[in-house]
Amino acid sequence: MILSPPTPLRRKRSTARRAAPYLFLLPFFALFGVFIVAPLGYALKLSLFRETLVGGTTFVGADNYIRTLGDARLWEGVRNLGLFGAVQIPLMLGLALTFAIVLDRGRMPQKNLFRIGSFLPYAVPSVIAAVVWGYLYGPVFGPFTQAADALGLPAPNFLAPGTMLFSIANIVTWEFVGYNMVIYYAALKAISGDLDEAAKIDGATSWQFARTIQLPLLWPTILITILFAINGTLQLFNEPLLMRALASNTISSSYTPNMYAFSLATSGQQTGYAAAVSFVLGGVIAGISVLFIWVASRRQKVPL
Amino acid sequence: MTPNPAQARHGIHRRHLLQIGGVGLAAAALPFNLFAQDKVKLTIWSWLPDMQAQIDMFVQANPGIEVQLVNAGQGGAEYAALRAGLQAGAGLPDVVQMEFQLLESFRQIKALADIGATANTYRAEFADSTWAQISDGDAVYAMPQDSGPLAMLFRKDILDKHGITPPTSWDEFAVAARALHAADPQVYITNGTFNDGGWTTGLLWQAGWKPFTRDGDTLTIRINDDVAKRFSEFWQPLIAEGVVEAKPAFTTEWYTALDSGRYATWITAGWGPKFLTSFAKTSVGQWRASDLPQWAGTDFIAGNWGGSTLAVMATSAHPAEAALLATFLAVDPAATELYTTKQFLFPTRKALLESTTWANQPFEFYGGQPVNQVYAKAAAAVPAFEWSPFQDFVFQSMTDEFGIWANGTGTMMEAFDRVQAAVVQFATDQGFTVA
Repeated sequence: MILSPPTPLRRKRSTARRAAPYLFLLPFFALFGVFIVAPLGYALKLSLFRETLVGGTTFVGADNYIRTLGDARLWEGVRNLGLFGAVQIPLMLGLALTFAIVLDRGRMPQKNLFRIGSFLPYAVPSVIAAVVWGYLYGPVFGPFTQAADALGLPAPNFLAPGTMLFSIANIVTWEFVGYNMVIYYAALKAISGDLDEAAKIDGATSWQFARTIQLPLLWPTILITILFAINGTLQLFNEPLLMRALASNTISSSYTPNMYAFSLATSGQQTGYAAAVSFVLGGVIAGISVLFIWVASRRQKVPL
Repeated sequence: MTPNPAQARHGIHRRHLLQIGGVGLAAAALPFNLFAQDKVKLTIWSWLPDMQAQIDMFVQANPGIEVQLVNAGQGGAEYAALRAGLQAGAGLPDVVQMEFQLLESFRQIKALADIGATANTYRAEFADSTWAQISDGDAVYAMPQDSGPLAMLFRKDILDKHGITPPTSWDEFAVAARALHAADPQVYITNGTFNDGGWTTGLLWQAGWKPFTRDGDTLTIRINDDVAKRFSEFWQPLIAEGVVEAKPAFTTEWYTALDSGRYATWITAGWGPKFLTSFAKTSVGQWRASDLPQWAGTDFIAGNWGGSTLAVMATSAHPAEAALLATFLAVDPAATELYTTKQFLFPTRKALLESTTWANQPFEFYGGQPVNQVYAKAAAAVPAFEWSPFQDFVFQSMTDEFGIWANGTGTMMEAFDRVQAAVVQFATDQGFTVA
């Protein structure tokens, strides 16, 4: 037991102690304020104005937001990405989960090599990735076309309107499978070895263990990765923008909502409307995320 | 997106590199010297490779001025940075490289200074159609740096093989297109980069297209007019029959296709001949240049694709010195000649355009043909053209809509109609009275 210090000292010390957490939080909130809150506030302000080449800037209230509701180009972009996400997210996360479980179960020679190899695409900047895939996708001189020609088969066109979403999905999957796999693998490693032992004693097969023990324990992690993926999908920008340089006939300036907001703000000079589009997109993402969490939390009560 | 002479940055020959000292002597003869006590510091944005050479010449002639050269990106990237700087009211250059078609757009937001006081002295050095694009009466908003008159580069070997002479009219072009593709299904007469607003505008320009006429805040928009209709009626069947391709340019695929003989012609600007040499490896010596095919019943007319100016920003703290810099870089004989030998820009100064040394220079890549002659003839036949005050939007709309068409949806005329509708809507939203 330590003796109580004299009262004045205690008061001083407790003041400092009370201030400590705030001091520790300060750097975070300072950066959060400067880089998140302030730009958001500025964008919100912008979204309430309309800038015109003739007539200047006028306050328009919610007009920009009302305009987004009937903007076919915005909703077509959202629809594009809805389609994209419905196929790409399950595929990507399914692959990541499979790889993680296979790695964890130790059924693999050259385990580290595989782990690094599948994570490596994530380390490749998306600019480089798009250039590499752009070459592979080349409709006349690309290797797939050359191979198809050599075999006398019809050449696939990866850059056509009907295939482009899948071609981009393929790039994104290639980029992010490893990233998600590492998250799952870490979560699997955190599952106590006792459970594995107990399951083995009970005579469970690897498959049974994966399905009835690992998957349910992994569920919160899977939930988080799905949320990340939904968020990332609806904000898709880099990959389609870079593919646009190769297939400008197929990828329009409003192919994804973010590309649309970007072109509105730059070549369109409509910063106010671009800001409104960004907030609406943010709202769509938040809405889908909340809906998903609600559905998933109901789902969680049912055993997998 | 708009291709530009600066894309010719690869593989520039150095054999014509002039010694800066020697050029400096010539430059010193110009009345550009300032004797200010404190050095004025100017910033210039340009994406032209090796631009420092010309900057050094200016600094040597004007010891009182320091110039910092910044590459803020090419074309669209630079304009985006410029617009961001204008919004922020900071980080702007004094002098900026800007393509002709964007001048009206930046004038609209009062970003450009009137340098008429300095520039009008040199009016006679440029063709009227060139000067018209950078001025408004006595007000001058930029100095012409280079241009891109249109002509046609063609593969002599491929056309000879199939007994086709280079078409001189668009009618002959259509006949040749069908004959060539029938003779060899792997070969197309050309690839039309219709979704490139600059390229398509260049060809429509030749056909007499006048999409924008401005009177104060009233804007007449005629994108889908009779010229567009005739243009569509010409290209639509060729694309539909599959004898002309309509793929995007400046992709790896396109470079390979041009070099490998998939396309027998490339309809391109004055900076094209040099640019082609930067990536063509197997077709060296097979290319030739000839005039742009002509529409029936007209005098010889060409169009223009690309080319840049040097503009002074209205925000510049040293507008007089900035105007000196922009003017020097556009009219100094040594500096402008260096563009044609170092950066291989297509000149805008009449003195250079009429120079026999420049015009008669043979190019081995073109079988010894002095291709500049062809392009000089085109340069003299480019009519005046009026751009919109929001040209980046117009080009973007053309890219979107012609892209959809090039992928096989609808007709070209429908694409023109959609561009017209989008631009009218945009102009109205931007507060113009649309007529």
